[in-house]
Amino acid sequence: MAGKLNALTSDSYIDVSQYRDQHFKGNRYEQEKLLKQSHTLYVGNLSFYTTEEQVHELFSKSGDVKRIIIGLDKIKKTACGFCFVEYYTRADAEHAMRFINGTRLDDRIIRTDWDAGFKEGRQYGRGKSGGQVRDEYRQDYDPARGGYGKLAQQHRVTEGRNSF
Amino acid sequence: MSRRRHSDDGDGGQAHKRRRTSEPIEIEDRLESLICRVGEKSTSSLESNLEGLAGVLEADLPNYKNKILRILCAVARLLPEKLTVYTTLVGLLNARNYNFGGEFVEAMIRQLKETLKNNLYNEAVYLVRFLSDLVNCHVIAAPSMVAMFENFVSVTQEEDVPQVRSDWFVYVVLSCLPWVGKELYEKKDVEMDRLLSQIEGYLKYVRVKTHVPMLQVWTAEKPHPQEEYLDCLWAQIQKLKKDRWQERHILRPYIAFDSVLCEALQHNLPPFTPPGHMPDAQYPMPQVVFRMFDYTDAPEGPVMPGSHSVERFVIEENLHCIIKTHWRERKTCAAQLLSYPGKNKIPLNYHIVEVIFGELFQLPSPPHIDVMYTTLLIELCKLQPGSLPQVLAQATEMMYMRLDTMNTTCIDRLVNWFSHHLSNFQFRWSWDDWADCLTVDLEKPKPKFVKEVLEKSMRLSYHQRIVDIVPPTFSALIPAEPVFIYKYLDESASSLPGYPVSVTVGNAIKNRASNEEILTILKEVPNPNQEDDDDEGESFNPLKIDVFLQTLLHLAAKSFSHSFSALGKFHEILKSLTDSDEGKLHILKVVYEVWRNHPQMIAVLVDKMIRTQIVDCAAVANWLFSQDMAHEFTRLFIWEILHSTIRKMNKHVQKIQKELEEAKDKLEKQQHKRRDSGDDEDMDKNSEDEEGQLEEQIERLQEKVESAQSEQKNLFLVIFQRFIMLLTEHLVRCETGSVDISTPWYKNCIERLQQIFLMHHVTIQQYMGTLENLLFTAELDHHILAVYQQFCALQL
Repeated sequence: MAGKLNALTSDSYIDVSQYRDQHFKGNRYEQEKLLKQSHTLYVGNLSFYTTEEQVHELFSKSGDVKRIIIGLDKIKKTACGFCFVEYYTRADAEHAMRFINGTRLDDRIIRTDWDAGFKEGRQYGRGKSGGQVRDEYRQDYDPARGGYGKLAQQHRVTEGRNSF
Repeated sequence: MSRRRHSDDGDGGQAHKRRRTSEPIEIEDRLESLICRVGEKSTSSLESNLEGLAGVLEADLPNYKNKILRILCAVARLLPEKLTVYTTLVGLLNARNYNFGGEFVEAMIRQLKETLKNNLYNEAVYLVRFLSDLVNCHVIAAPSMVAMFENFVSVTQEEDVPQVRSDWFVYVVLSCLPWVGKELYEKKDVEMDRLLSQIEGYLKYVRVKTHVPMLQVWTAEKPHPQEEYLDCLWAQIQKLKKDRWQERHILRPYIAFDSVLCEALQHNLPPFTPPGHMPDAQYPMPQVVFRMFDYTDAPEGPVMPGSHSVERFVIEENLHCIIKTHWRERKTCAAQLLSYPGKNKIPLNYHIVEVIFGELFQLPSPPHIDVMYTTLLIELCKLQPGSLPQVLAQATEMMYMRLDTMNTTCIDRLVNWFSHHLSNFQFRWSWDDWADCLTVDLEKPKPKFVKEVLEKSMRLSYHQRIVDIVPPTFSALIPAEPVFIYKYLDESASSLPGYPVSVTVGNAIKNRASNEEILTILKEVPNPNQEDDDDEGESFNPLKIDVFLQTLLHLAAKSFSHSFSALGKFHEILKSLTDSDEGKLHILKVVYEVWRNHPQMIAVLVDKMIRTQIVDCAAVANWLFSQDMAHEFTRLFIWEILHSTIRKMNKHVQKIQKELEEAKDKLEKQQHKRRDSGDDEDMDKNSEDEEGQLEEQIERLQEKVESAQSEQKNLFLVIFQRFIMLLTEHLVRCETGSVDISTPWYKNCIERLQQIFLMHHVTIQQYMGTLENLLFTAELDHHILAVYQQFCALQL
């Protein structure tokens, strides 16, 4: 007789998002399976100055952290605003999705999402300029992420040159 | 519901097929949704929604009776905050269909037996409360409910059972009375008086309250006594009785349907004998009621119900239930808390803040993970930006003012909450308001609290940030800059005996020398413990450890990852250096020396070294209790390391136990297969081989489990022994000097001992016999023994 109620067991914060890694080696089904079992989170919207220590302190609040890999600019090899956090257990990662996602780290609202698992090479930004793709095209000014987006920066330089 | 329909962009034909085969599930979902969400997002009244739903369900009974029964039973168990909504619904259904009412009651009794058998005592309370409210809905006859209560209370007459067992049965009865006391007294006042009198006798003359000091958040009686939960509930029921059971807070939709429900035939509860006590039963632990507000604290608006009013009990119960239901989804949880029915008549924000902190500070541990409460409070601030932050600030201020008598474990949680909360609000706080903490000894609770908050805040930001956010007067409380201290930094250290080799080995590491080369270099380090030169250098050489580790960690000081990488790369060398217990102790000493400005780094390095078996758990415990660390003994990071170490030990044992269980299951399955497979000789032989291997594996795992448990027991023995030594020393010293024992150090130490028991009570229970025989004997100072006795009282 004892059972659960689907209407009451909503746990939407741990749902898999729409994002799928385009570089993932395998099909959609395999990727989804890994995401549903994963102990690893992608963390985005970090400041370039956010340190591994800060990430460790915050994400340890949901459980023991196994490993942190800070995302790097492919060319400069400096932090470019994302990281991976791997937990020892799925349950701890779920708590992070429920209670750390959408809160602040280093004064910025950060976003966490399930990751299929770290593989060598995935610590690098995939934008043309070396950082993350989102920093290629954005129009706003974000001092913690290198100022203007790369494309906008180029524009400014060209404009500057033209105005001569 | 709709999730399933849109779950895949399959082609049209497939979707159609899927829809047909999944129909029953969809109907169940629809029924669940209708029932769970009755009254939500509706412009009509709750009563008219209930009437409508009763009509729909009545029509569905012929085809979906069992589903409806299942859903209603689940709702009774899982949505206690909506108790009266669903008892009304059941009342309406019973009025329309007497048989269904009877079947529902039977199903509830079955479910009650199930939950009790499975140690789900909290859910059982909700079931009994539901049944009792069904008396108000004319579904259950009052006399049969009284009879069930009488059977419950008779458990207090049982002998040789844990007190927590009889406590639970008394609690259930008392906690139903706000809902049904009036009705039961009207029908059976003589029996009810007898019942209450029996309960009073139990509470006053039988029940022992040794456990209370261990569970109180504050030791002070003022301004709000931290009352034992049954004592408080008893006082509340007494007051309710004096008020002739007039209770005005509970929402009772069934009142509107009185004329309909009056006509309904009632059912009698079958006689219910409480299941007997089983040795593996896990009754709920006793609690202390957390109070931090009273009517003087909410400046304007509705008055807060008094601490012994039944309204207070009902409000707190309902808010706890809402959190229990929605804790996974913070937005929903916050919204549900803020839309509490009847919120306009109470200072809801104060109740919410009090209930949340009550859970966060609950001893032994909060019902949910600590970080949930931080995020929930942030969510609440977002939804009520004009009022909730002020209440929260007021609460923080109050808790600061009462730090002197706050339990150390609760102060830890307050530190973690406050620093994490501040980090979400740019660390804005009126620190000047707390300038009084600068005028007292820095070991006192207030300055200590501020210091720990600033240290944690720095971990979430950076040193300069902390310097910027506090007034200059607070400089003594600002944490040190987390920089490495390298003994062999430059030529000024050239006179130190280890200096020359530190330079050589540093260069060797930078030039990627092999382990053998490095070990050869290290042979040159003189051993301060050795007089002979012809020693092979195999024995413990503290200087060798010092030179190698200081140099290595200095090179890797840049980040956690660099340091972990270094530990990994030179794992072999480190293991050989720490072969002995002295070696393990010394490596920890060196880690502390170089990183003493960066406790966070110390913690992660110790964690890594345990996990890679460079040091073991007992070594860490011995190091933390060593004389070298005495000056840090009251700092939070010490205890975080110790508890993390104990947790790792516990997880290790659990892991091997699990492997053993799995191997045993595999063997059992294998044996069954062989038995069922018949006379196939080849199969038999292969099977036998497999079984043989499994049996060997099981034997090995058995040994592993025993060895791990032995290590675990030893860890606790070490920890408790050290506590006893330290505390006894202090007590004897104070006694001979005729000095008051209650120094800040003593309060911290004795509460840290309590904390060990509380945080690891499940594991420690296994070793009670050994602890009692070896350590917590009658010869022990009564101050220390009291802690042990209070702990035992938690499950007696």
